[in-house]
Amino acid sequence: MGQITLEKVTKSFSDVQVIPPLDLTIEDGEFAVFVGPSGCGKSTLLRLIAGLEDTSSGHIRIDGKDATDLPPAKRGLAMVFQSYALYPHMSVRKNIAFPMKMAGIAQDEQERRIQQAAAALNLTDYLDRRPGQLSGGQRQRVAIGRAIVREPDAFLFDEPLSNLDAALRVGMRLEISELHSRLKTTMIYVTHDQVEAMTMADKIVVLRAGHIEQVGSPLDLYRTPRNLFVAGFIGSPKMNFIEGEMAGRHGAHTIGVRPEHIDVAEGKGEWSGVVGVAEHLGSDTFFHIHQTGLAETITVRAPGEVSFRHGDTIHLTPRPDQIHRFDDKGLRLE
Amino acid sequence: MATQHSRSAARLMMTPAVILLLGWMLVPLVMTLYFSFLDYRPLRGAFDCCVGFDNYVRFFTSSSFWPSVLTTLQMVGGVLAITVIGGIFLAMLLDQPIWGQGVVRILVIAPFFVMPTVSALVWKNMFMNPVNGLFAYLWKFFGLTPIDWLSELPLFSIIFIVSWQWLPFATLILLTAIQSLDGEQLEAAEMDGAGVVNRFVYIVLPHLARAITVVILIQTIFLLSIFAEVFVTTGGSFGTRTLTYLIYQRVIESQNIGLGSAGGIFAVILANIIAIFLMKIVGRNLDR
Amino acid sequence: MARAVSTRKRAIYTVIAWTIGLLIFFPILWIFLTSFKTEADAIADPPLFFFFDWTTENYGIVQERSNYLRFLYNSIIISVGSTILGLLIAVPAAWSMAFVPGKRTKDILLWMLSTKMLPAVGVLYPIVLIARSLNIYDTYVLLIGVLTLINLPIIVWMLYTYFKEIPVDILEAARMDGASLRNEILYVLTPMALPGIASTMLLNIILAWNEAFWTLTLTTVDAAPLTAFIASYSSPEGLFYAKLSAASTMAIAPILVMGWFSQKQLVRGLTFGAVK
Repeated sequence: MGQITLEKVTKSFSDVQVIPPLDLTIEDGEFAVFVGPSGCGKSTLLRLIAGLEDTSSGHIRIDGKDATDLPPAKRGLAMVFQSYALYPHMSVRKNIAFPMKMAGIAQDEQERRIQQAAAALNLTDYLDRRPGQLSGGQRQRVAIGRAIVREPDAFLFDEPLSNLDAALRVGMRLEISELHSRLKTTMIYVTHDQVEAMTMADKIVVLRAGHIEQVGSPLDLYRTPRNLFVAGFIGSPKMNFIEGEMAGRHGAHTIGVRPEHIDVAEGKGEWSGVVGVAEHLGSDTFFHIHQTGLAETITVRAPGEVSFRHGDTIHLTPRPDQIHRFDDKGLRLE
Repeated sequence: MATQHSRSAARLMMTPAVILLLGWMLVPLVMTLYFSFLDYRPLRGAFDCCVGFDNYVRFFTSSSFWPSVLTTLQMVGGVLAITVIGGIFLAMLLDQPIWGQGVVRILVIAPFFVMPTVSALVWKNMFMNPVNGLFAYLWKFFGLTPIDWLSELPLFSIIFIVSWQWLPFATLILLTAIQSLDGEQLEAAEMDGAGVVNRFVYIVLPHLARAITVVILIQTIFLLSIFAEVFVTTGGSFGTRTLTYLIYQRVIESQNIGLGSAGGIFAVILANIIAIFLMKIVGRNLDR
Repeated sequence: MARAVSTRKRAIYTVIAWTIGLLIFFPILWIFLTSFKTEADAIADPPLFFFFDWTTENYGIVQERSNYLRFLYNSIIISVGSTILGLLIAVPAAWSMAFVPGKRTKDILLWMLSTKMLPAVGVLYPIVLIARSLNIYDTYVLLIGVLTLINLPIIVWMLYTYFKEIPVDILEAARMDGASLRNEILYVLTPMALPGIASTMLLNIILAWNEAFWTLTLTTVDAAPLTAFIASYSSPEGLFYAKLSAASTMAIAPILVMGWFSQKQLVRGLTFGAVK
């Protein structure tokens, strides 16, 4: 079981409040992702849940029990660190065994769980090596192995993939998702990468300056971002924002259209502009369009191969049902 | 890393070290300060309270005070000059590609590990002795009259002995600093047309500046309290009485505690002035 | 400066470096050689280098006459004792300062260092007085205590710089893994910092072994270490070169070997981390 509830939790470092009063519930078995730009307080929030930092006020409950003042060891949580934080002087086997040794679990049970974890994580051949002899991806797996053998109520991941190269990152992302569907244990995952958030989460928590901007499923956030910040943060390439007269015509202060919701044409369309840079990815083509009179640059994502070039005039038509409207405070208008 | 729990544990674990050092610093210092205002000569049974600044006045106006300060300055200055210049030269030499570098390094470092009493005694007897010392043979070999080093050139001799002990220290630290110099910087300078001398003056020396300062400050602190070398070689005679030795004589040999304590306070103040500079450098290093 | 250098240039540097190295090392070599000579050979004119009747009789005489082993024993007790005591006090303190730094941590560290700069002679008499009134003058307790205190700042500093290099993450991982503070220090921190702790220990034994102000002024007979043993050879025995050499060799050999092992860590320890 691993339902985690935060009630009016705050955190201040000396005089600076980094987390203003915050309420949040993560249900048992949920994969929750904290996402936001660096310095938004997402790691601090994770460390509060872990017990590595004290809350300044408020309560943290794990399965309904007040864990606010419990030391990390007593909370029944396991954590995977950004730097992996493996014990360099211990073999992989000893690394994985360490939390069980601390918990006083019997030797043969320890060995059984080590073998099980090693098999699941492809580490069987590396059990007697030291962390220093492993690649980044393998170290990551050891860190995960060390977390799962404890059979915790919840896993905490602190930007676990940011030290891996792009190809490995995609692979590990899948592995962690698979792990979650197999174990069905609560996971809280911190990242600044919205792609990781979109692909892995059941529930995304978007944070900015310690505030929760929006909580919801990936598609909720994509379809109905509550404000300009979430709208800009979720989705890649970024949503186009248009202010002024054109927004006024839609009865809003700002309107937003995602690049994939704009159709391009040679001859005619609602808007027009000049192609600046065209990025051909094969599956899609991204156009960065200038001189539209709407915004400095309008980004458009056209499916497949479309042959506009630098300097060509291009006509754009946003899909009317995909236009997001925001008021002058940046909040969504329904 | 910082929960209330770990913070209070940390405070608890720091306490013994802090209290011990605080006691070590304050108790004797306060006693010395107290004695310095007394006429306290246990051998004569004198223990008169509160003579004011008499001891200070007497210590500063005594005929041995200024010579001892001068001797101290000469000794510290001489050793610093020899070890820093020699150290830079040796460090640069050891940084060159040479065969058996590790062994040479070990040879050069060795004197630093020699007990000060041993080094003083061996230099005094086996090298500087005017009859049987090795230097005497060397001088005779070249047809010169052997010198009685410790009575004819006492200060120079002690500076020489102390420099032998401290040259390894300077060399080792400067070598470490030189090795951290980016080779590409030197190559860039060479490309820019800088000759050997210019490269040394504009690249190497500025890079070493911090290490040189550290060497000077640390050595100064140790050299100001040089004791064993003087104790064993000349016993403070022939104009080798340093401030430390003068105070030692007042306190231990003449048992004039009041007077010696006044001198001790002076030495503490002197050391503190130098310490402030060292602290600034070390402290700046902490922020990185 | 990793560049290809001509063999000729390399040879020149090698010759110069070896010459200077041997000159600097020569006095130590000379002590060693002389310790195996007879007294007559020791003052032979011209001096004898390798071709003399090697004898070990000096070592026996020195031991017999001044009871070398007793001083050696004292030196070991005092230097090792003060180092271990120092480590026991310093490890927790350095842990605190490295991993739970507060606003005043830096000031405390610098203040500790400043106590090291207190000139010994300024506080000599009070220490003698305290020692006498507690009846511990010329005892191990006094010497170990004093040497622990004068080297404590260096031990704390060295450990602090070593601990600083251990990522906090790893200690936090241990905490998440259920380790108590004791287990965290025992199973994670100490093994990781072992090389650092070892070199701190080595450097401190060396410093304590060679300390010559307090060991000379606070001992007479019972607790006197090798520094005092050598000082007693000042005169007239100092003129018996072979015996002086044997005594000196015995006093410096153990520490010289340890010093060579610790030379890599020496710089950091002696500059309080200012030069690495």
